[in-house]
Amino acid sequence: MSAPVVELVGLTRTFPGPPPVHALDGVDLVVRAGEYVSVVGPSGSGKSTLLHVLGLLDRPTGGDYLLDGVPTSTTSERHRARLRGGRIGFVFQQFHLLPHRSVLENVLLATLYSGVPRAERVDRARAALERVGLGHRVDAGPTTLSGGERQRVAVARAVVTGPSLLLADEPTGNLDSVSSAAVMDLFDELHASGLTLVVITHDPVVSARAQRRVRISDGLLAEL
Amino acid sequence: MRRRAAPVALEDVLELAETDPPPPPRRRRWRGRPWRRGDGFDLRDLLAEGVASVGARPGRLALTMLGTVLGIASLVVTVGLAQTAAGQVGRQFDAVAATQVVVRPGSVLTQSGEERATGRLPWDAEERVERLAGVEDAGALAAVDLGGAPVTAVPVNDPSAPAAVSPPVLAASPGLLDAVRGRVVTGRFFDAGHDARADQVVVLGARAAERLGVGRVDRQPTVFLGEAPYTVIGVVDDVRRRTDLLDAVLVPLGTARADLGLTAPEELQVRIAVGAGPLVARQAPVALDPGSDDAFDVEAPPERSRAREAVQADLNATFLALGAVALLVGGLGIANVTLLSVLERRGEIGLRRAVGATRRQVAGQFLVESVVLGLLGGVVGASLGVLVVVGVSVVQAWTPVLDLPTAFGSALLGGLIGLVAGAYPAVKAATVEPITALRGGV
Ligand SMILES: Nc1ncnc2c1ncn2[C@@H]1O[C@H](COP(=O)(O)OP(=O)(O)OP(=O)(O)O)[C@@H](O)[C@H]1O
Ligand SMILES: [Mg+2]
Repeated sequence: MSAPVVELVGLTRTFPGPPPVHALDGVDLVVRAGEYVSVVGPSGSGKSTLLHVLGLLDRPTGGDYLLDGVPTSTTSERHRARLRGGRIGFVFQQFHLLPHRSVLENVLLATLYSGVPRAERVDRARAALERVGLGHRVDAGPTTLSGGERQRVAVARAVVTGPSLLLADEPTGNLDSVSSAAVMDLFDELHASGLTLVVITHDPVVSARAQRRVRISDGLLAEL
Repeated sequence: MRRRAAPVALEDVLELAETDPPPPPRRRRWRGRPWRRGDGFDLRDLLAEGVASVGARPGRLALTMLGTVLGIASLVVTVGLAQTAAGQVGRQFDAVAATQVVVRPGSVLTQSGEERATGRLPWDAEERVERLAGVEDAGALAAVDLGGAPVTAVPVNDPSAPAAVSPPVLAASPGLLDAVRGRVVTGRFFDAGHDARADQVVVLGARAAERLGVGRVDRQPTVFLGEAPYTVIGVVDDVRRRTDLLDAVLVPLGTARADLGLTAPEELQVRIAVGAGPLVARQAPVALDPGSDDAFDVEAPPERSRAREAVQADLNATFLALGAVALLVGGLGIANVTLLSVLERRGEIGLRRAVGATRRQVAGQFLVESVVLGLLGGVVGASLGVLVVVGVSVVQAWTPVLDLPTAFGSALLGGLIGLVAGAYPAVKAATVEPITALRGGV
């Protein structure tokens, strides 16, 4: 069995009230390298909160989170930023592409903060775009792309730095079924090449593509 | 710049996985590793990001800069016009009277209605006055009466021929040329030796030389005062006082005294330092004749009007205050727009944090953006200001004066304003929580 990339032990995240919201209420989860995990659950169940904690964008209020075996509760904000830049890639429902920058520049953005050698940045960004099938649109503005294409740009941006963990929050939430399928194919491919994926989704079709599925409801996690 | 021999090649990341687990063909390995010693987000990236963000919205850019542009422009115009006007006043002042003193023997009207001199300029008036503080050059002169004898370039051999109007003859001391700010066109002016030896030499005013047909002095042409030959040693031009010198034949004072019957110098032209007028006016008569008061009439420039300077200063202060207010408004404009853009770009901030930016890097970026805005505003404003100063000067037929440090300094001032204005928005941007920003969407 491969080493755990993510290890959650009794993890809680409570938003101070009134009334306090227990978005995550004692979650235990181990995600091993190369796993493809989908997280499903009703709205408001704490899926996004879980993803933000996993992505070091939010700190848990209790329990432990080990990333690559290293506890993250005591790490400095700077170090967390470096881990986000180097180890983790994000894909969001709303794409989060900068509208005034070209596709290539949007992908390059991720290389800025993660220490990719300057000389390699453009080549890597082009290669990543090639990989998601958008090598011909590098100079386009994101606003001229379809939703599916935008999400593929976001995927290219997430993987350009060579992360070990890809986190996606409803990556197909704004896409039609054809575009969804394209993004899901991409995820399959990334998974096949060894990337660890945690994908949050409402869509049973998307969830079905994952090798392992977990369900979260009322801040509690259960394997499916 | 940290550089190293590309330790992680592209293939490391997009490596063809030919080992376990047996993958389908053409599948690539995405797993990479973090960059421990690659190029971090340095100043170069910071500047590039800041400039790109500012440049992404040209319309907004122009509006944001407007306040700073106007502020800097009004500052440059104020300072520039003040300097131009000051230069103008200074020149008029100089040109008219500020640096010239003229001393003549005093005179009284006698009962019979005649003018009688009360003093006499000494022969060495020039040396005496040149010793005074504030005096730069001095020179004495007097008209020489030849008793109707003609001044010609050829000897008179037909006394019955109608005499053409001769150029006037003036006696001058060696310092006169500098005292009236003249220039030697060719040859030389007299020196103390000519004067002391009473040499038979003359210097011609430019127009007199033309009239007498003397163009060059290297062959030692001769001019006849009556029948006495005088060697022409030089031609002078461009005098700023006593322009009648240009029409005259000048002989050394000593020569005029010895040969032409001159009894005393008639006038002393003194060139003084700016502001020395009152002092020289007081001291010159004493230096010329310690014994007698009222022996000389002195024309000296008045003291500069302090009242006028004060008014000018007030006016400048008012304009500078207006410029400062405009700058304040410009700074507030930048602060406002940058703050607005922080709120508007929360999604971008969240995203940057998600891809590894620290709070400090986010703050730095917004700071750079506002500095770039300020600097651009400063450069545009300063250029505009210079154009206005030049335009106004052209219309008024003034010479535009604006020192370079003012122009460049005010452009830099724009950047400084951007820095100050961007500080608060930058702090604001740094405190944006990435999750709330990401929940908000772009
Ligand atoms: N900053 C916050 N302050 C207070 N409560 C919050 C905050 N963020 C999230 N919550 C609450 O935590 C709970 C979980 O939110 P979360 O966004 O994780 O749900 P979700 O499963 O992602 O829902 P959806 O499927 O609709 O995206 C919700 O009840 C939400 O209201
Ligand atoms: Mg959610």
